[in-house]
Amino acid sequence: MSDAMPATEAVIIEEQGEARPRGVPALSYALTKIGGALISLVMVIILGFFAFKILPGDPAAAMARDRPMTPEQIQQLREQMGLDKPLWQQFGDYLVNVFTLNFGESYVYKESVASLIGQYFWNTILLTGTVAIIAIALGLWLGQKAGWKHGSLFDKVTTGTSLVLWSVPTFWLGLILLMVFGGTLRWFPTGGMVSPNPPDDVIGQILDVVSHMVLPVITMVAVVYAQYVMVMRASVMEEKSADYLVTARAKGLRDDLVRSRHAVPNALLPAVTLVFMHIGGLIAGAVTVETVFSWPGLGKLTFEAIQGPDLPLLQGTFVVFSAIIIVMNLAADFIYRWLDPRVRRA
Amino acid sequence: MSAENLTVTRSPRAMAWERRRGAIGAFCAEFARSRSGMIGLIFLLVVIVIAALAPVIAPAWMLDVTRLLDSPRFAPPSPEHLLGTDHQGREIWVRMVWGAQVSLVVGFAATAVSMVIGTVVGIAAGHFTGWVGGLLMRLIDFFLVLPSLILAIVLSSVLQRGVWTIVIAIGLTSWAGTARVVRSQTLSVESRDYIERSRVLGAGHWHIIVKHLLPGVLPLVLANTTLTVGSAIIAESTLSFLGLGDTTTQSWGAVLKNSMDVSAATSGYWWYVLVPGIAIVLVVLAFTLVGRAVENIINPTLRSR
Repeated sequence: MSDAMPATEAVIIEEQGEARPRGVPALSYALTKIGGALISLVMVIILGFFAFKILPGDPAAAMARDRPMTPEQIQQLREQMGLDKPLWQQFGDYLVNVFTLNFGESYVYKESVASLIGQYFWNTILLTGTVAIIAIALGLWLGQKAGWKHGSLFDKVTTGTSLVLWSVPTFWLGLILLMVFGGTLRWFPTGGMVSPNPPDDVIGQILDVVSHMVLPVITMVAVVYAQYVMVMRASVMEEKSADYLVTARAKGLRDDLVRSRHAVPNALLPAVTLVFMHIGGLIAGAVTVETVFSWPGLGKLTFEAIQGPDLPLLQGTFVVFSAIIIVMNLAADFIYRWLDPRVRRA
Repeated sequence: MSAENLTVTRSPRAMAWERRRGAIGAFCAEFARSRSGMIGLIFLLVVIVIAALAPVIAPAWMLDVTRLLDSPRFAPPSPEHLLGTDHQGREIWVRMVWGAQVSLVVGFAATAVSMVIGTVVGIAAGHFTGWVGGLLMRLIDFFLVLPSLILAIVLSSVLQRGVWTIVIAIGLTSWAGTARVVRSQTLSVESRDYIERSRVLGAGHWHIIVKHLLPGVLPLVLANTTLTVGSAIIAESTLSFLGLGDTTTQSWGAVLKNSMDVSAATSGYWWYVLVPGIAIVLVVLAFTLVGRAVENIINPTLRSR
């Protein structure tokens, strides 16, 4: 599942055309975007507090659910979590904690949340980064081909496959792959990131990690690449009727060259921003895929935090996940400016 | 003579309705021409009928574990057990029929929450200029980038567990895409002359929003609705899988969760994992097909593609 539907991309592309910033000086552009990202970050931090403290639910009661606890123990838990203090004081404590990158201690791991996140952070980046690169390359390539030959058999097969894979729950696809390739065929390890007895040499260790990555990466790519196909396909179709393509053809260029040199670079512009906007979908996929394949990353940490329920840990992963996405969106804004000369000039 | 009289005496309201009927007729004719849209629609209608008739097709006792003591556990699909049985001897197909009810209700209810928020915020963000619009736009952008699943996880782990918590968690975290589309449509309707005319004639915000903007954006909301139901069903199954669902109501996601709790995937009970997943994929795909067909009709820039 993701935030944007495959079919609405055309609407968003159109809207982007009208909102495209033109000729803003570099410094003020950068400052506006960074300022916006900072506001979002502050909103995430505030939301991270209120979601856990103000909502009708009682965090202490939520943690006491499913386990025998006396009212005294719950009261003690409340004090431990600082829930007996006045709200403004709790909020102050929370802000101090966030800005010192200290989310308190995990109830399950009995370890500081910050150090847990630090340990798992790069594993998630490794997994989702690999997935992002493969899915974006595959999706954009298939999308531009399908959009260019709109209505062809290739287009129908590509679009059809994308729509079907789009409708698949990520965790279920993971389970099926795990069942077939990990269980029945035993081609790949069924979980984790390294074997119990990793090889001694560096190349062997790298190959070991790669073989653990194959199934989770295939699962995530399969579900995620579809949206890039649809975005790029719509974008190429938008460009297809442009006058400059007629000129390019009139010059006698081969169809292939018209596509790759003229249409695709222009179609990439709106696609890039959307691709980065969909990073949120990747992160959501990471939670379930890491859970299915026991990949030691932030997603699995989130899953374990739910099972606890380990609220400080959940709060920490929520803020970190959101921060990653805000940073990616900021990067998208800068990449967009760098790619589009019309915005860069001035 | 009488015909002339008729045209003169027709009230504006009657004329409006006539026009709407015509538009709906044209829409249906256009939709019927989309083959994939029709396939999706017919499939959905069949599923909805089956879900509604669940008590007739599969009486409730078929789920009652105490009356299934003789039924074999983990029986593979066979003529007696069409889609196999689960760890308590319940027929998988019976659980699918009852699960369809829960999954569809959660899907539609979460979508309704999401659509109402998305439409209200989207229209307000497009209609009101100045700081209100700016603030709402900022809010939409914020929720658009926020990882909705993570936020839904946070909400459903803090709130009391239950079906309605899932509905609210999905609804509250999935409206931003709709709001964005509605906002941009509102802006384009807002620039038309008849809005200007209406404003000059003294129409207030409420009148313009209800009489002019809302009818202008509703078709887009409709297309978004069908697409969102699909994602909501996937979101529900994901939350159930993560253990945030209601264990007393059996959605398709909950059946998958059960199958994982008894590690059906690694024990060779493939039907227990395969059937609920395929059910989800087919229904979500059907919603996507219908949604795309509707969008193709109402979005003029997509037409003739």
